Amino acid sequence: MSELLGYLVAGAALGCTIALLASGFVVVHRVTGVVNFAQGMFPVVAGLAAGSLLSAHWPHGIAELGGIALAGAVGLVVGVVAIGKPGTPPLASLVITFGLGFLGYAIEIIVWGDQPRGFDGLSGVVTLGDVRIQHQWLLVMVVTAGTFAALGAFFGRTYLGKGLTACAANPYAARLAGIDVRRMGLYAFALAGVLGGIAGVLLTPLQSIAFDRDVALAVNGFAAAVLGGLDRPGTALAGGLLLGIGQTLFAGYVDGSFQTEVALGFMVLVMVVRAVRQPQAVAV
Amino acid sequence: MLEVRELVVRYGTATALDDVELDVAPGEMVALVGANGAGKSTLVNTLSGIVRPASGTVRLDGRMAQVPEGRQLFATLSVEDNLRLGAWRNQRSRRDPARIYDLFPDLVRLRQQLAGSLSGGQQQMVAVGRALMADPDLLAVDELSLGLAPLVVRDLAAHLAELNRDRGLAVLLIEQETTLAFELCRRGYVLEAGRVVASGPSAELRASPAVAAAYLGGLPG
Repeated sequence: MSELLGYLVAGAALGCTIALLASGFVVVHRVTGVVNFAQGMFPVVAGLAAGSLLSAHWPHGIAELGGIALAGAVGLVVGVVAIGKPGTPPLASLVITFGLGFLGYAIEIIVWGDQPRGFDGLSGVVTLGDVRIQHQWLLVMVVTAGTFAALGAFFGRTYLGKGLTACAANPYAARLAGIDVRRMGLYAFALAGVLGGIAGVLLTPLQSIAFDRDVALAVNGFAAAVLGGLDRPGTALAGGLLLGIGQTLFAGYVDGSFQTEVALGFMVLVMVVRAVRQPQAVAV
Repeated sequence: MLEVRELVVRYGTATALDDVELDVAPGEMVALVGANGAGKSTLVNTLSGIVRPASGTVRLDGRMAQVPEGRQLFATLSVEDNLRLGAWRNQRSRRDPARIYDLFPDLVRLRQQLAGSLSGGQQQMVAVGRALMADPDLLAVDELSLGLAPLVVRDLAAHLAELNRDRGLAVLLIEQETTLAFELCRRGYVLEAGRVVASGPSAELRASPAVAAAYLGGLPG
């Protein structure tokens, strides 16, 4: 029983990081209609950069924020390249982000080498009954909850948030209203970078990070985001938790070497169900 | 207040607008009619700055807002949010939609509903309201009557006439439906295949053979 509870808590923590990755996909797709396949690059950059800053004796907290800020800047650059030219169709932008992901590999290897790196997060463990919970897991959950609450308030309550949503709902009408659709898209890419960066600095102490982790991270995030049709942060959070717990249980009871495959299976399942229920939703 | 001179718009090699001249005076209601594909929407999108002209000039004194063809609401946002977003360029203090609710009291009870869930007539009210939120001096309405019941169109047209009469709002009414357009506006232009083929007082245009010809696709005779 305590084994199961332990898996559930660990799975929820993993799920939170997946949800953060998913939220990056959601923010960009919601505003620009683009599926950003460079999303996996953001956590990698943030994790590696935070590690370097910590090695340079920056204090915890500041170093992580530095990594997140860098990921936000990288997000902005990806946005400029992917949607900077007016009239770029979303599918062309998608292919551009895919290419930028590979370019990212090269830069990451030049800067940080090709070996996995990690750093220590919060140490210590709390014991609830028989279940041992790492402090880092709790940190992950608290930060994720705070991030999603902030995201919900931003899109649901602020004027700028509504303007961002309007760009996705009807770009033509948004332009008529005087909204600079391209600038809003760039905001979304930068925000996606920050969200991916948060996931990265939370995840790195749990499972060390290397340049080629981006595909696994992106697949997980995308699978969770697809649950909400790539447009709803709340459903992406649910998808992330479901996926994280599912993967942890699968790893605990069956085999731990198929994380990505579990995510891909989940994604296919979701897409099939959605396609059956509403045929027009297939064209993501 | 609006002065269009020698306007040419091209899509690739196709000429969508050819040497178009058009004027709207302050506080005037002007009709722009023509068949499907005549270039009406291209013209209004050029005035809004969405389409870039190949040559010619558009001079606009004051602010223009556009009610686009097919309403084009933000379907996933509430009526209230749609209205507020119409004031994107405005000062914060001019983003309260109360003045639109005064104009269209029917919208008050719908304010929290998603715009995509409304009927066509309600959507057109929101679309007009959203454009008015920008505090325009000139309102360009693209296909007010499209897909709406005659009674609903009457009501919306009456609102436009009232805004024009009471507040001096200039209106450019782009319509396929000539009866409505010529009834509402005292002056108009007829567009055919990207060119202005007739212009003048509505009473003259109504009887003009050029108008009939424009709608029959410019058949000889």
